[in-house]
Amino acid sequence: MRVVIGEDSVLLREGLVRLLTASGMEVAATAGDAETFLKAVAEHRPDVVVLDVRMPPSFTDEGLRAALVLRRQYPEIAVLVLSQYVEERYAIELLSGPPSKVGYLLKDRIADVGDFLDALRRVADGGTALDPEVVAQLLVRRHRDPMERLTPREREVLALMAEGRSNSAIAAALFVSDSAIEKHVNSIFTKLDLQPADGDHRRVLAVLRFLEVSP
Amino acid sequence: MRALLRAWRSAVLIVTGPPIGLAGFVVIALTGAFWPRVIGPFVAGWHRRRYTALLGVRLVPPAPGQGVRRQLAFGLLAGPLSVISAAVVIVCWSVAMLGAIWLSFGWVVPQDSTGWLHYQDSLVTTLVAIAASLMLILGFVAARQLARLELLLAGRMLQASRVEALSVRVDALAESRAEVVDAADAERRRIERDLHDGAQQRLVSLAMNLGMARATLTDSDPRVTQALADAHDEAKLALSELRQLVRGLHPAVLDDRGLDAALSGIAARSPIPVRVTVDVPDRPSRTIEAVAYFVVAEALTNVAKHAGASSITVTVRRAGSRLSVVIADDGRGGADPAGGTGLRGLTQRVGSVDGVLRLSSPVGGPTTIEVELPCES
Repeated sequence: MRVVIGEDSVLLREGLVRLLTASGMEVAATAGDAETFLKAVAEHRPDVVVLDVRMPPSFTDEGLRAALVLRRQYPEIAVLVLSQYVEERYAIELLSGPPSKVGYLLKDRIADVGDFLDALRRVADGGTALDPEVVAQLLVRRHRDPMERLTPREREVLALMAEGRSNSAIAAALFVSDSAIEKHVNSIFTKLDLQPADGDHRRVLAVLRFLEVSP
Repeated sequence: MRALLRAWRSAVLIVTGPPIGLAGFVVIALTGAFWPRVIGPFVAGWHRRRYTALLGVRLVPPAPGQGVRRQLAFGLLAGPLSVISAAVVIVCWSVAMLGAIWLSFGWVVPQDSTGWLHYQDSLVTTLVAIAASLMLILGFVAARQLARLELLLAGRMLQASRVEALSVRVDALAESRAEVVDAADAERRRIERDLHDGAQQRLVSLAMNLGMARATLTDSDPRVTQALADAHDEAKLALSELRQLVRGLHPAVLDDRGLDAALSGIAARSPIPVRVTVDVPDRPSRTIEAVAYFVVAEALTNVAKHAGASSITVTVRRAGSRLSVVIADDGRGGADPAGGTGLRGLTQRVGSVDGVLRLSSPVGGPTTIEVELPCES
């Protein structure tokens, strides 16, 4: 798997290169600002990119805008956006398209090396990886109507679904059986008036649509 | 000694008054009607400089365009007044001088054949000496009193009035306060940026290295793996705490995307369900946005700590030049603005930009904090 990294902190950039190389990925190029990053992507056409939201020159949402350009220009390249703070608004902008091949995580998640690499692979495989913090913010926006009908357990499952996890991953996270999770998922889809969907991606799409994120 | 010096200075002022007084009078009489706003302050400036030079008194001129009539009137009045004052003093001194001359004649010509000058009469001589001295002193006293009268008039007519001076002062203070508020705001942004680019990246890097070590060193001494695991968890905790702290300082998203985006973030972190409604079509200034954000963040923290509420609503609306922020909770009420530092801090921060904070919190609830902030777009 070929990766291009966009991150302005040298320390973290080197660390990411070491981490990804150690886990058998190939880092094709690294860049410290959005412009260089976009050039590197155009040149190397990686399978997946990892990039920071705040980069020079403006240090505001440079990386996010670069990610949006990538999503338009090279829809086949998976994008994992990292940030010191996750913002629901940025998530909505990132997901304003098909919610596949896209991820948005807190930088802290890099520390849980295994989970981070899983998320990166999931995104590269066409899936979604949303930080629990973002999902929490998205759920806040829908504090009413059908959400009220969900049990606390169902909310937990919904949040994990929105993060982009599969049934078996949710089951592992909540320490219950796969079949229990399936029951919860069916109940959630019924309560939220969503069409039952097969396949992880369609499920995420349904949930995000419910959260009024995706078109 | 100082009284003598003052008397001397007053005398100099009064005696040298007529040239400037008359010149000002003539200038105003000829041109004052055509350019009152220029000529009034111009002539008044001569007089103010005169008082400063001769008496060491500083007069604060009115702000441009203010007190024009007063200054014109003084310029006209100064003409006759300076002539009369100078005449009074000079007459007193002239009489004293005559007496002195008469007495000195007595020294020079002791033998008076006619008896007309009454030099033999020591009583007359003494009386004349006393009268001459009195007239000399009277000249100085008159000068001192006339100078005081002039200064009294000048103080009223050539200076900014109390109201004018206060309004100028208030303008200056408002401006400097706005600068201080903006500077504090910029400072918070700078700290946020420094932490983001420095400590936070280092901590992420540290936590990542610890995570890698933890993942690879699984079969070493259990004490080592335990220490690694502890260090790793500790680093992640530090990251998370620092993140909360820094976002509270000044969230970058507030500058990028405005209040709505920034508030949904703090709402998501609130342990009590929050509903946020933001209707702000035109973004206010950065400082006002920062204050509004701080108000909501602080209020949500307060509610979570004290109110025992089950839900909170936050409404931010812009109506013309006012930004209204309303935070309502269904908690137990009884919030006292004087009681906690939280509410006092809120009131101070709102007051720093001339905003108004109203609190309604009857015992038993509900509690509503209404904040109005001025915003010129």
